[in-house]
Amino acid sequence: MPLPTTAPARPRVRGVGVVLVAVYGILALAATGRSVVQITTKFDEAPLAYLLSAVAAVVYILATVSLVAPGAVWRRIAWATISFELAGVLIVGLLSLLDPELFPHDTVWSGFGRGYVYIPLVLPVLGLWWLAGHRRTDK
Amino acid sequence: MIEWFTFAQIAVAVVAGLLCIVLGFAGRAPNDLTMGATALVEVLLIAQLVVAIAAPAFGNTATGSVPEFYTYLVSAMILPIAGGFWALVERTRWSTVVLGVVCLAIAVMLYRMEQIWTVQLG
Repeated sequence: MPLPTTAPARPRVRGVGVVLVAVYGILALAATGRSVVQITTKFDEAPLAYLLSAVAAVVYILATVSLVAPGAVWRRIAWATISFELAGVLIVGLLSLLDPELFPHDTVWSGFGRGYVYIPLVLPVLGLWWLAGHRRTDK
Repeated sequence: MIEWFTFAQIAVAVVAGLLCIVLGFAGRAPNDLTMGATALVEVLLIAQLVVAIAAPAFGNTATGSVPEFYTYLVSAMILPIAGGFWALVERTRWSTVVLGVVCLAIAVMLYRMEQIWTVQLG
């Protein structure tokens, strides 16, 4: 009976994808840390904004994991989370410009990711580009 | 935080970051220079932790959110360890680039920490 062709336990992401995962991981870490502090110390100041930050942080963590985890399901999760982030930063960015009162406190997506050197804006574009260009072999 | 020390750290982190990114794109796998530069950034962060803990005893307190400050500091301290570990597992040019990204991220975090300590209120 032939053995199943499972890949050895090595990271599947190669090359420049490694840098993408690293930046996603750092952003996820920063967003999560900031969100935890905001929610535990001053949630009542801007509950909508801080909840949004928390959702964004969770999505970034999922995106980071989905970029390294093998399989078709994780690939779909990667597409979904990165698209969600891109939509989020564009929508919240636009809203924070048109109506600053809506987000009086900075979230990770305010001003198109201004507080994070616009990385939240550029990163999902790079992520989608990378996903589109790198078909995984383990469907 | 001590202003001159913070800016010295940021300078070291930026130089280390740019060095690693340039060497990484030049095709170099992580070596003593790039790993050493990242290790130096980490050592300075540990010193920063000691400074931050000791500072209030000398009348040097943060004006801003202390939990937020320590969140940044602890996150920053984790990064070189994760990056260094990755550099040992995958000895490619991209691992070197990752070390550079880590150092630059730490430079940004240090700047934010300085803001929280001296500028931010409440």
